Amino acid sequence: MTAGDEPPVDAGAPDVIDASTVIVCCGSGGVGKTTTAAVLGLEAARRGRRAVVVTIDPARRLADALGLAGGLAAEPQRIDLDGSGTPVDGELWAMMLDTAATFDGLVQRYADDELQVQRILENPFYRNIAGALSGTQEYMAAETLHALHADDRFDLVVVDTPPSRNALDFLEAPGVLARFLDHRLFRLLMLPTKGGLKVIGTAAQPLLRAIGKVVGSDVLADAVAFFQAFAGMETGFRERADEVIALIRADETSFVVVASPRHDTIDEAVWFAEQLVDQGVGVTAAVVNRAHPTFGTGSSEEASVAARAARVAGDGDLAALWDNVAGLRTLHEREQAVMAPLEVIAGADRLAVLPLLERDVHDLDGLRGIARHLFDHGPVGG
Amino acid sequence: MPPESEYPLQSLTAARVVVVAGKGGVGKTTVTAVIAHAASSAGERVLAVELDGKPTLSALLPDVEVLAISAPEALDEYLREHGFARIAKRLNRTGVIDMVGTAAPGIDDIVVLGKIKQLERSGEWDLIVVDGPAAGHAITFLTAAAGLADAVRGGPVRAQADEVLELLHDSDRCQVVLVTLPETTPVNEVVETAFALEDVVGVQLGPIVVNGVDIGAPLPSDADTSEAVADLPPDTADVLLEAAAFRRSRRAMETEELTRLDRELPLPQIRLAALPVAGLSPDDVETLAAGLLHRTAAS
Repeated sequence: MTAGDEPPVDAGAPDVIDASTVIVCCGSGGVGKTTTAAVLGLEAARRGRRAVVVTIDPARRLADALGLAGGLAAEPQRIDLDGSGTPVDGELWAMMLDTAATFDGLVQRYADDELQVQRILENPFYRNIAGALSGTQEYMAAETLHALHADDRFDLVVVDTPPSRNALDFLEAPGVLARFLDHRLFRLLMLPTKGGLKVIGTAAQPLLRAIGKVVGSDVLADAVAFFQAFAGMETGFRERADEVIALIRADETSFVVVASPRHDTIDEAVWFAEQLVDQGVGVTAAVVNRAHPTFGTGSSEEASVAARAARVAGDGDLAALWDNVAGLRTLHEREQAVMAPLEVIAGADRLAVLPLLERDVHDLDGLRGIARHLFDHGPVGG
Repeated sequence: MPPESEYPLQSLTAARVVVVAGKGGVGKTTVTAVIAHAASSAGERVLAVELDGKPTLSALLPDVEVLAISAPEALDEYLREHGFARIAKRLNRTGVIDMVGTAAPGIDDIVVLGKIKQLERSGEWDLIVVDGPAAGHAITFLTAAAGLADAVRGGPVRAQADEVLELLHDSDRCQVVLVTLPETTPVNEVVETAFALEDVVGVQLGPIVVNGVDIGAPLPSDADTSEAVADLPPDTADVLLEAAAFRRSRRAMETEELTRLDRELPLPQIRLAALPVAGLSPDDVETLAAGLLHRTAAS
């Protein structure tokens, strides 16, 4: 596939699959997290696992790559792996995170009755926070992970984290909703009474009047109605959040940090890896996608010297060919240097470097090609 | 390859506010820095704005004024300037500010865009280049004003939303420059984003900037290549042949994608060269900006 002659890199990546029931892929946007998650799922299926890959905002390409012409759905869909000619013992499923529908599901689970469900789901303030409250997407990704983990159809869940400014949002997300329910405004609105909590009148609160002046009183009225409808559900939500936190921190949950060979995404990956270590979670593997291959064993400098010699000898074509080698080697050398800090924190045997391919990955064969690079299992997938 | 915009710098700076947008990893910050640097070198008073709170832009632009705008600070400032100083104080003290953002989603984006509008109105700058918000957020960022105007019937935030909408709808004052890479997925995404922005926001789209295009020296033809390596030891010849094949294949793919982009999106293209680096320095920004200026002078 690549013109480089390096052997495929085996990164201790097999351990990631065999030792895990949950794999979380994290890293900055645009580094190939979703593709990495799909490759891990595909490899797990090859090894006989029943894997489900959850992606956030997937590019249509991934749905195409997985053979899903209609795009990914919010329910797991089984991917047909039989077309490859190689029998696969396991199963690969894929689904897309639907933040709002997942939140609706939680409301349904913890509401006392259908009336409470209706009042919440129809509330405009709820419709807004279901999709927009900061951390909601991360929390619902964690919630979906929890639900799939408990689903008998699957024995491995691979999740692709949302592209967030702070990569740790995902770890912290389950606490967000609990904090939201502990919020000052929530407590301002709810006064304990004999029968539980009761919403106080908006007009009685100068702060609420002030907020209403800024955002408009109708918006505030929706918010008050939401908290009123939500009363009684906080405990269920908090318990669920605790379960999700425990799952994320479990031994069988692995974190794979993904980066591209550029200093900004490597910096982010290193920072994230450090945070995971600090949190006692640790990084199971690091993947650097789309690294330039090298050509031959020499340095860029040697290729430049050869180019100059050819030019002096009057062979412009040969000089251009050596210049090309020098350019590609320069990129390779610089990328290697940039990756060094990630190698230090992840450990050399846990860093997988995947080559930039000549073409974009756009089908199952492309994903299989990457899996072969990552797991070194021979050219026919055996 | 399809034709490029004839006057790259002029077309990129056709409006006073340029919002640079694109998915993560395509090089938005690079393009923001290059536009700001090129316009500044051409004698314009340029302000570069970053929204993510990472000091990347100031490191890339030592000679251009860079302003970081954060939503909480912008909201606070807005309230103070509009006679709500007491509310601002209370909101901060009680930490309710994120609740306000939740109650009226998009309010964060509105106050940030409002601050940009205020800077534009001040007349202090010929050009304000905004490094757009994080991945995937560009559309919500720019649609916030319309959404809020629908949801909120009165109050100062509504007034702000209306003024932001005016800015977004005026092509002399504001345009969006979309950034992509010469590869399948980024091209697909930029086409989708472009149509969504035009349909939903009604904002003027500037040229598409394609970042990281392999614009290196041409390689010899296949026949000339075979001849050039004929006398070399086989191992050495293989290295040269494989490297040339790799480069040709990447370039063919890029040309294919640029042609498809041109076909699917009727906007002029501006291409920035891929530099042999694993992360840009201020010197690289200068090199790319000089490329824009030279092309301008040549045409």
